[in-house]
Amino acid sequence: MNGLPGLYATVMKAAVQTQFQYRTANYAYMLGMVAEPVVYLVVWSAVAESRGGSVGGITAGEFAAYYIVWTLVRNMNIVLTPYAWEDRIQQGELSGMLLRPVHPIHYDLAFFAGWKVVVVLLWIPIALVLSVAFRPTFDISALEAVVFLVAIWGAYLIRSLLLWALGMITFWTTRVSAIYDVYFTAELLLSGRLVPLALLPAWAGGLADWLPFKYTFGYPIEVLAGSLSTRELLTGLALQAVWIGFGAALVAAVWRVGIRRYGAVGS
Amino acid sequence: MTALRLAGTFLRIGILNELQYRVNLVFSLVQSAIAVGTSLAVLALVFGNTDSLRGWSAGELLVVMGVHVLVGGLIRSVIQPNMQQLMEDIQRGTLDFVLTKPADGQLLVSVRRVQIWQAVDILVGAALVVVAVVRLPATPGVLDVLAFAAALALGAVSIYCFWLLLTTLAFWVTRLDPLVELFEGMYQAGRWPVSVYPGWLRIGFTVLVPLAFAVTVPASALTGRSTGWLLLGSVAFTVALATVTRLAWRHALRRYSGASA
Repeated sequence: MNGLPGLYATVMKAAVQTQFQYRTANYAYMLGMVAEPVVYLVVWSAVAESRGGSVGGITAGEFAAYYIVWTLVRNMNIVLTPYAWEDRIQQGELSGMLLRPVHPIHYDLAFFAGWKVVVVLLWIPIALVLSVAFRPTFDISALEAVVFLVAIWGAYLIRSLLLWALGMITFWTTRVSAIYDVYFTAELLLSGRLVPLALLPAWAGGLADWLPFKYTFGYPIEVLAGSLSTRELLTGLALQAVWIGFGAALVAAVWRVGIRRYGAVGS
Repeated sequence: MTALRLAGTFLRIGILNELQYRVNLVFSLVQSAIAVGTSLAVLALVFGNTDSLRGWSAGELLVVMGVHVLVGGLIRSVIQPNMQQLMEDIQRGTLDFVLTKPADGQLLVSVRRVQIWQAVDILVGAALVVVAVVRLPATPGVLDVLAFAAALALGAVSIYCFWLLLTTLAFWVTRLDPLVELFEGMYQAGRWPVSVYPGWLRIGFTVLVPLAFAVTVPASALTGRSTGWLLLGSVAFTVALATVTRLAWRHALRRYSGASA
């Protein structure tokens, strides 16, 4: 295979091989991550119980389904952290990437996509244990399953592109941690990562509709764990496509301006 | 006495070192504000839907969160930096420089680093606890406050022991950095009292990751939950854990082969 597809195939294969070598490290990392949804799940199950079975129409079993699908969506969502740009720019790693004949984002997209293969394999036993422990209620149609398979990759692309654009702020300043903190907090609250969006107050839920965050967490999770209508399923995919377009345009625009600010080490 | 003076000297040097980077205080403050804001938002969401979470009211949970922030600040300013340095030294063989000094190794590896700006969380957590306690319907008495202080100190020691136990694994396994993530993930669970969790998890958060002793027991003392037996349990647990940690440290040191060996 030549061209871009060939690049993706090769980089993804290399990522699978590299990450399988670090399977213990990968596993410890994934286990640490499981604590987060388990805490949310336990708290909201307790709230549901205290209200006689459900909160905002969501039962304990549905919360379990939500947060178990959450673990897969979260793993699909792991992309290049914006903090990585600090090394790339301060230590001049970007120089090497610039010598290659394709836009550097393709390497990151391909590398993390390949990593997902390892992650999903390692995720299966975790999902089984969680399902035995928390007894989720699932009701999945064929259409939902298909839409989910597309939506998790949509979520992956949206988050990759937006965090790439965010990371490029490092071209202008290295004091970025406060900006990232604000971004990640907004994401946490308005994406469905912390709670299903149905539980947010109406104004916050309305705000979330206009932001990209929910298309990287809440929407894909609800495709599988919620009960969206066919119309909602397909509108969600269309809006994911819109946000992918927005993210790609943003990355292209910021890259063109930002790269002029880059002065490599040793130059 | 020498041990205390030694620890004091190291802490002073660590603080002087950090004072060079004063702007970091602003970033720590921003970080702290965001974290507390998020916690309060979560509390508001939960208590918008219910009046009590397994017997804890919103005000009482605020005490738990305050203690969680406080202990978190303690971990990130003193415990974790030292342990990460220790992991690095074991990997690179530079632990030689510690072991050749004429003082106890465990003491030295535990006081070498201090990230003073992370200690902002200790103050923020303490402030949260005070505000939360003042707003509780029943003000705790002097004995309760003493019990709280004792439980907090014991909890801090058990978290330190737990961290050191994890870190001694570095003598066998070289790549330990995911453990830091693993611990941070687990520590988030301490934001809620351990009694919220189902049985098997509660046992895990009490014995394996001593969240119960570090966060829930001190908070219980301030919220009028019976603490006599809990405190005794905390003493017994901490003593046992400290003994195990000491033995594990000495055993692990035998595995160390140094930089040039």
